Amino acid sequence: MSEQHAAQPLSQPFVDGLKQQRIQIQRCKHCQAALTLARYACTECGSDELEWVASAGTGTVYARTIVSRAPSDLYRPLAPYTLVIVQLDEGSRIMGHAVPGVEIGQRVKAGFFDHAGMTLIRFESF
Amino acid sequence: MTAERHSYMRGVGTTPFGKHEGKGALDLMAEAAKQAIESAGLKRSDIDGVLCGYATTTPHLMLSTLFCERFAIRPNYSHSMQVGGATGAAMAMLARELVRSGRCRNVLVVAGENRLTGQTRDSSIQTLAQVGDADYEVPNGGSVPAYYGLMASRYMHEAGVSHEDLAEFAVLMRNNAMRHPDAQLKTPITIADVLASKPIADPLKLLDCCLISDGAVALVISADAPSGTKVRMSGAGQAHFHQHLSAMRSVMDCGAGHAARQAFAESGLSTNDIDYLAVYDSFTITLVMLLEEIGFAPRGKAADRVRNGDFLPAGKLPLNTHGGLLSCGHSGVAGGMAHIAEAYRQMMGQCAERQVKQPRHAFMHGDGGVMSSHVSLILSREE
Repeated sequence: MSEQHAAQPLSQPFVDGLKQQRIQIQRCKHCQAALTLARYACTECGSDELEWVASAGTGTVYARTIVSRAPSDLYRPLAPYTLVIVQLDEGSRIMGHAVPGVEIGQRVKAGFFDHAGMTLIRFESF
Repeated sequence: MTAERHSYMRGVGTTPFGKHEGKGALDLMAEAAKQAIESAGLKRSDIDGVLCGYATTTPHLMLSTLFCERFAIRPNYSHSMQVGGATGAAMAMLARELVRSGRCRNVLVVAGENRLTGQTRDSSIQTLAQVGDADYEVPNGGSVPAYYGLMASRYMHEAGVSHEDLAEFAVLMRNNAMRHPDAQLKTPITIADVLASKPIADPLKLLDCCLISDGAVALVISADAPSGTKVRMSGAGQAHFHQHLSAMRSVMDCGAGHAARQAFAESGLSTNDIDYLAVYDSFTITLVMLLEEIGFAPRGKAADRVRNGDFLPAGKLPLNTHGGLLSCGHSGVAGGMAHIAEAYRQMMGQCAERQVKQPRHAFMHGDGGVMSSHVSLILSREE
């Protein structure tokens, strides 16, 4: 397995999880809140006792775009591609790709694909 | 008892927006700064504070100090600032605080860059995309338009806004730019043109997106101003609820309203007292969300106010009469400062053919990132 370094050490468990086709999320040990992105403290109660847990990968589409103008050559072969923000059933949000045609409010489940040495999330309806 | 100290916007300087082939960030900044100091009726040596915006084409460790050396001034207080598109408004707010505290008498606020000719379009787009989270967002092929497209999809869903509603703002900004000699784009456009323009990041089309420009803007903020018409900085406020789009809790409460309420409370004014709007317009959706959250239109109804003529130069509440980032131009920090410079000139009656009924109270709002950093300012005319 090729090693993929997180841009920020704080996010390494998330990046490692993707390589194993899992969405790792941070959870507050104090109030059990699931956190969005990587944090030093809980956004709900302020506790800094956090742990990494695996998300079930299911959730509801919160926002959706179709990118026609890719930001660089690395992503041009994928365009047009659908990006979504999904509200995971655990309560936190995550950005990922999605199969074409998904809409806001739709139930989705995470799948994974490899692109340019990275493992990325691709949600599909279920 | 000592009287409360005030601060006045005393002069502004702007270069045209568009292409300045062969000029760097500092060249453009110096041009705008010279003009601002002259318009304030001051000398270089009167400037005792300097605040600089960052320039993506000149990523220097101490840009403000470098600028001061080249510009041949030796202020008591100087540094650069970085809060994305809110930087210009944040610097103006800090200049006001520096003057009101007595730390400085005349603060020069300046920003500019050769964002269009100093780098490739891809390079500019990639630099800006880094406003996304480096591990959770950027690796997906995120870009600023993609983040705004995602946000727009949710806001349109919740507030009931259509593509046609967004397009109204692109047309309004273009019509305003056509009256401004320094604007970058002056070709007339229609709602149909906006809807038929190239898709960028659904629901956003090319004409929903701001430009990439070269240009600079400078402001002088002082403890006093010559007798006659004066523009006092009567209120200010900020809010910073999130940095990345993923972490934005609600598209209905991004922080803009929170910042504006502080500014209104400080000035003792309300939205009803405002007769000019200078609102950040990185995308058409930005204008819609800011106007509605701050309270200049009910939810989902900002476009109705455009159709009603309220935001026209001759309307009740003229909006970005220079043409905004959407049509006058966007050269980074200076792009957001152009809104302030235009509000000042309208209040002072300096806008020639595009002069509106001289505003009494102008509201200005800047946002950085993906509606991440918010700064509201209120300017009040005094005779």
